[in-house]
Amino acid sequence: MTTIEIHQKLQEAFGDAVGPLGQPKVDPFAVVKGDRIVEICAWLKKTPGIEIDFLQDLTAVDWPKRNVIEVVYHLFSFPHRHGIVLKVELDRANPVVHTVEGVWKAANWLEREVYDLFGVVFTGHPDLRRVMLPDDWVGHPLRKDYQEAGGFHGIPNLRENPLVELRRIDLVRIAEHQKANPPPPPPPPAPPPAAAPAAGTPPAPSTPPAAPKA
Amino acid sequence: MSKLVLRRVDRNNEEMLINFGPQHPSTHGVLNFLVETDGEVMKRAIPDIGYLHRSLEKIGEMVGYPGYMPYTDRIDYLAAMFANEGYAIAVEKLIKVEVPKRAQYLRAISCELNRIASHLVSVGTMATDIGAVTPLVYALREREIINDLLEALCGARLTYNYHRIGGVAFDMPAGWQEKVIAYLDRFDSSVQEWDRLISFNEIYKKRLGGVAVVSREQAIDYGLSGPNLRGSGVDWDLRRDAPYGAYPDFQFDVPVGRGWAGKVGDCFDRYYVRVLEMAQSSRIVRQALEKMPEGEITAKVPRKVKPEAGEVQSRIESARGEMAYYVVSDGTERAHRVRARTGSYMAMGIIEDVSPGLMVADLVALIASLDVVAPETDR
Repeated sequence: MTTIEIHQKLQEAFGDAVGPLGQPKVDPFAVVKGDRIVEICAWLKKTPGIEIDFLQDLTAVDWPKRNVIEVVYHLFSFPHRHGIVLKVELDRANPVVHTVEGVWKAANWLEREVYDLFGVVFTGHPDLRRVMLPDDWVGHPLRKDYQEAGGFHGIPNLRENPLVELRRIDLVRIAEHQKANPPPPPPPPAPPPAAAPAAGTPPAPSTPPAAPKA
Repeated sequence: MSKLVLRRVDRNNEEMLINFGPQHPSTHGVLNFLVETDGEVMKRAIPDIGYLHRSLEKIGEMVGYPGYMPYTDRIDYLAAMFANEGYAIAVEKLIKVEVPKRAQYLRAISCELNRIASHLVSVGTMATDIGAVTPLVYALREREIINDLLEALCGARLTYNYHRIGGVAFDMPAGWQEKVIAYLDRFDSSVQEWDRLISFNEIYKKRLGGVAVVSREQAIDYGLSGPNLRGSGVDWDLRRDAPYGAYPDFQFDVPVGRGWAGKVGDCFDRYYVRVLEMAQSSRIVRQALEKMPEGEITAKVPRKVKPEAGEVQSRIESARGEMAYYVVSDGTERAHRVRARTGSYMAMGIIEDVSPGLMVADLVALIASLDVVAPETDR
């Protein structure tokens, strides 16, 4: 079954909850309503002829301009070798969607990752904890407006360029060396050479001839 | 790294909570397991990852499309070619570039050699983890030569940075083809040596047979892929079933777990599928070298890669399962989102549910047989 056929069947079964199959450049996807995602996924898994048994990937994309976080479901079926991409659009300020962990167990860890890095809350998830970052981390780094906190428990995330420190040590050493071995007194300054008139400047006026004595 | 609600430990019996890691030698990188045990039998093992998180997906949004290629190497340092290839294919789909035939063959050769190297580490360390030290030395002996060959091809031994958007970086050096053939001639017999040395050793079979069985349905449900999925008896290989690159041109078999040492989907099946896959990779490399076409090694790709807005996903068969790059472009020179789906991360998800009732020593066998590599889980 092609993606278009699966999408048609989905629309027959769920009507308005399934948006049109977008045709962006390469891979098409369908935006579905967030509150019906579990129903739709369970239907896709159970319906004979579709039987999508493999949650291949679950991730999110942040779109601050549209004020939307998209959760993306890449679905695939081993028996029929077809698949479809579904998306759910969530409000950036309060991204909440129900978990699909009851449909595919693979969603457990994938949703934990999305929660950790995007801050999407999956209601009904059995074990919604951060997975990559520490529990007391502030913020969700894959959001576009994430600002680094400048450190974590006193461990800075910025440091001076090590070359600056090495240069400083060099300067101290050079100063010590010069102190221990004062340079010989400089030779008496040579008389400055007669300054040639710099190019471009008007030649100095020659001394005016002595005024003739009256 | 995780706020866990642990069950109250009963002091009247032998229950304990053990930190298994992060610096345990058998955990394949820096990762931790919180193990609730009653004597030697585990109640459950909770994986605790993230020690090697380097924000590789965020970096993908910061650098340009061609500039991200060296970073993909770091996703999996034992099989960096696949990460290169997956990302390159995704961007090529995005900008609609056709890769020249010769470049596709070079990609297949480099990836299959890398697969052999990666599987050698996997089966070698697996033997070490459960107490047989010698096989690792044999495995590393073979892998060393592959490292040399790949170094001759692309200049690096681990982080190759060999693939480019639209092709590969370098052609084969003079005389390289003969060296590879000579190596494979030796290597093919070493698979039999491997069988004699350890695979069908009675102790090894008894140690791994029937341990940590993952059923077919469970494997699909938890999103396992690659050798772990095939070890559970699912006949699926992206190279054959959803072919990409040059793979339609080659003949090869897909080994599937048959319960060689007990049940289908036990640790031994996952292990032995890898051993058989190495022989198939060797077959593919031979065919590719034989049929190698002449021609260009890179397509004409503009210096500034600036795709139209859109999104693609590329799926390739990595040494650790399915690797899928999901790249979203917003029409600028930098990707809006780069996502790498990796096999190890999905494999970590199943450990907690398979672990109850296993012995602590079997957890080591389970981790090794799933071939979990910490940088790939954490990214």
